[in-house]
Amino acid sequence: MGSDENVRRPYDDYKSWLDQENVKRLHRKSADAEAFFRKTGITFNVYGQDEADERLIPFDVVPRVLSAREWRKLSKGIEQRVRAINAFLYDIYHRQEILRAGRVPVELIANNVAFLSQMIGVNPPGGIYTHIIGTDIVRTGEEEFYVLEDNARTPSGVSYMLENRETMLQMFPELFAKIKVQEVSNYPRQLRRSLAACAPPNCEGKPVVAVLTPGIHNSAYFEHSFLADHMGAELVEGHDLKIVDGRVAMRTTQGYTAIDVLYRRVDDDYLDPLNFNPESMLGVPGIMDVYRSGGITIANAPGTGISDDKALYSYMPDIVEFYTGEKPLLENVPTWRCSEKDQLAYVLEHLEELVVKEVHGSGGYGMLVGPAASKKEVAAFRAKLIDNASNYIAQPTLALSTVPIFTKKGLAPRHVDLRPFVLVSPEGINITPGGLTRVAMTEGSLVVNSSQGGGTKDTWVLEE
Amino acid sequence: MLGKTAASLFWMSRYLERAENSARFIEAGFRIALTRSASASDEWSSVLKSSGVLGAYHAKHDTIESARVINFLLRDPDNSGSVIALMKQARDSARTARIALTREVWEATNESWITLKSAMAKPVREQDLPEILGLVRQQSALVRGATLGTMLRNDGFNFLRLGTFLERADSTARILDVKYYLLLPSLAQIGSSVDNVQWETILRSVSAHRSFRWLNGTDISAQAVADYLILHRQMPRSLAFCYAKISDNLGFLDQNYDRKSSSGELAKLICEQQQQQPIEAIFDIGLHEYINEFIKANNGLAAQIETDFNFQDRIG
Repeated sequence: MGSDENVRRPYDDYKSWLDQENVKRLHRKSADAEAFFRKTGITFNVYGQDEADERLIPFDVVPRVLSAREWRKLSKGIEQRVRAINAFLYDIYHRQEILRAGRVPVELIANNVAFLSQMIGVNPPGGIYTHIIGTDIVRTGEEEFYVLEDNARTPSGVSYMLENRETMLQMFPELFAKIKVQEVSNYPRQLRRSLAACAPPNCEGKPVVAVLTPGIHNSAYFEHSFLADHMGAELVEGHDLKIVDGRVAMRTTQGYTAIDVLYRRVDDDYLDPLNFNPESMLGVPGIMDVYRSGGITIANAPGTGISDDKALYSYMPDIVEFYTGEKPLLENVPTWRCSEKDQLAYVLEHLEELVVKEVHGSGGYGMLVGPAASKKEVAAFRAKLIDNASNYIAQPTLALSTVPIFTKKGLAPRHVDLRPFVLVSPEGINITPGGLTRVAMTEGSLVVNSSQGGGTKDTWVLEE
Repeated sequence: MLGKTAASLFWMSRYLERAENSARFIEAGFRIALTRSASASDEWSSVLKSSGVLGAYHAKHDTIESARVINFLLRDPDNSGSVIALMKQARDSARTARIALTREVWEATNESWITLKSAMAKPVREQDLPEILGLVRQQSALVRGATLGTMLRNDGFNFLRLGTFLERADSTARILDVKYYLLLPSLAQIGSSVDNVQWETILRSVSAHRSFRWLNGTDISAQAVADYLILHRQMPRSLAFCYAKISDNLGFLDQNYDRKSSSGELAKLICEQQQQQPIEAIFDIGLHEYINEFIKANNGLAAQIETDFNFQDRIG
């Protein structure tokens, strides 16, 4: 609520409600919430564990509150960034003006596995590459927001945003009567609308939309089924699909039905064993050929990973300026590129203070948080870093803002980030007010990833 | 609807039904073990046989003992047909078909699994058995209630129902198959003090001992029991009842999809045969032979449904 004892303005109304609340009741509600999540099956699977057990993501009952003014500022910045990303993707798979202009080094693209040569010259329906984006944002001060990651591939977490709100509405209806919070529940409808607006031009009638999941053992399966269910779309796996008469079709009880828009939650590499990883069992052989001939919309488009690649991250301010002609509204976190000799030297010297990330990593795996690591861990990481320097970038540990969570001992501050969800279609850019707030549940920790024990909480954007 | 979703719904309800039937078999076996300890071993043996896991049991244990049998049937990880394994498969199928289920049905299924998993986390002691079996029955009643109370009567509902009644018919047929010799007239001379407890066990295994008495009074005869379980059209676990439901649901699917399926024709044929064949005729053929033929036909129909509704991708 603020770095000192003062409560930040947007929290005023919540605070006055909380002051009159019985602590025991809050503890009980906390336990209720957990039971509710388990019953509903809002769980995720953790990779690399023997027992493929499903775990709950810890949920905190104290909402994170943003004022309408703060949100306006944020959403403008995000919108600018998302526009730039789509323009960049079009350019990088067509004339590559930004490389010609020397604003981004050619070798960063040419040697990058996230750059898909199969996408060169392809025009995705509606001109949209990133239909769904989840921009990770951190706050370091009253007016200081940084974009941490752009998540332009297959961002997850939106179902938690929706279920967190649903849970809060059920647990504290009186709160919502008192405090006017902007709605999030429209998201699935807007997602469907947004996807349908990107249907291939020769699609007739109501577009057939389907969600492609790797299956029930995937860590985000709950979200895949949730979104399909709430959009009224089919939930398909690779083995439900095949190419029939030049279209991607799903096997129904009455034969094969062609799909117009596929919201895939499968990584590029697994999408098509004929065009990418031949070992993949999750994709559809030949789907890229149908895509290139305009027979289906794939959301997000293959190859969008080049835009949220960590090696490219440090160039984002240039990218925003190059395509929008404006100064970036949101800051980039200062980043050292370990591929460059002098920057690597700095990083090696300051390893204890920095966060070092793998260029292609995600989910908080394979990173070093200098201040939290032991001497031994730092030494081991140093060896890895020297061995393969261009595989890493480094950033300062930001003085991340904290928000209160409800612990056994009462309210306590914890570090958070924020992932707003952005929908892009020819009809425009739509950002759901708020997003998913992830919390590092351990005192002092900066790691918010659910795979590393992070939790979530409801995020409120107040009405004007 | 996706073929895979239809398959998941079909199997979800098959597994649930199988788990519930298994609990019923255990209940009947346990009763015999308590009241007539001399025949306990035989009875457990036939329970294992009806559940199709006698071989798996003997691969692990040399002797038949109540506590071992109970735990094998309920929760042994080496028994892929244990009640808890069936509940897990039902729950996984429900998860695969999540978008075709109402929130109520999904939550009831998910909670059943969570509840039973924790109730059977430790070996089940004999004194806790009635409570555990009661829990299995209660949980499956919750899923059934949610299904009947909240599901749209669409194709998804039809696939759920088909799974339930195909599995139930199979289960009733199996118990008859294992116990058929008890029902043969030569062994059940009218007026002699034949072992009524055994017949009662059969009736108990399908939760029909009370209803049978309601309808027949104290007049228990082998033929009456067989008639009740095979041909009685109001008894919800009889073969005839199950087939009336199967035929109805396939009829709804054909109507809905505007076509005539081979499985629909097949089910109708089996129904007609049942209507034309009184119990005397069945005994003339031979009860054992009749049941065997029925189990084969029932499996054949399940395979035909799988083909007709594209449960899997066929080669070509």
